Amino acid sequence: MLKEAEIRTFIRGVTHYFETSTQQPASVGSPYLVTDGKPGAYDYTGIIGVSGARRGIVYFTAPRGMLTVLLMRMQETDTSDANIMDLVGEVANTISGNARRDFGKQFAISVPTVVANDVDKFTAPHFRSFVIPINWRSHSAKLVVCLE
Amino acid sequence: MDTFSDSESPLKLMIVDDSNIIRRRIERSQQIARLQVVGAASNGREAVELFRRTRPDVVTMDLTMPEMDGVECVGQLVAMKSDVLILVVSALADKATAVEAIARGANGFLCKPFTDRQLNDALADLLSEV
Repeated sequence: MLKEAEIRTFIRGVTHYFETSTQQPASVGSPYLVTDGKPGAYDYTGIIGVSGARRGIVYFTAPRGMLTVLLMRMQETDTSDANIMDLVGEVANTISGNARRDFGKQFAISVPTVVANDVDKFTAPHFRSFVIPINWRSHSAKLVVCLE
Repeated sequence: MDTFSDSESPLKLMIVDDSNIIRRRIERSQQIARLQVVGAASNGREAVELFRRTRPDVVTMDLTMPEMDGVECVGQLVAMKSDVLILVVSALADKATAVEAIARGANGFLCKPFTDRQLNDALADLLSEV
């Protein structure tokens, strides 16, 4: 079960990512707990496996429109599907890696796995997940943290 | 941001990251005239092969990559060329990881996400050791 301070670590990771990468801050809604094992996903999802002191997954999921604009804000002109998938994995990797500032090296993270347009291709390791809603420009996305 | 005179000899830069976006971002954003990109690799194994062929002077190195991770790769590159300058560019923000990378032979650490200015400042710091 995540503690409040641990959720704040991921919220800081989200806001820092958007502020630094795009110079346009994101706002974060109130985190909420999902207990049915279905926290949901948008068009593209970057999934990081967590092992070591904590076990589970962290994923960032966003619609294609948001990821396209995010690429453009990063001066990337190639908005192909390959780069969209690369980006969603990189966002998940960056936010999860930054969490080691608070969790330490024992918070071991995998390379990203990316899923497009099919949320049923992956399953959370257990039913309880915290969802952090993200609003950036006119777009919505979410970070889902599912850790034992 | 480039503090180096034109008379200084060019230095070969290799970029290592499993993200194509980050590889392109580093190539596009680095403004140090002395640095000439000689290649990019998407994992540690590719980086070792490319390093053998191109013998770069400066490397930006991601840590979390498939095939061979960045910490192991740093060790192998330093074993091939002890004076190579390596800037680790990673999301892994804990101190222990940075310390381990430096212990293996890296010369600097830049945490992702980064701004263009932070990238260039980190590269300039690295080159001040030349």
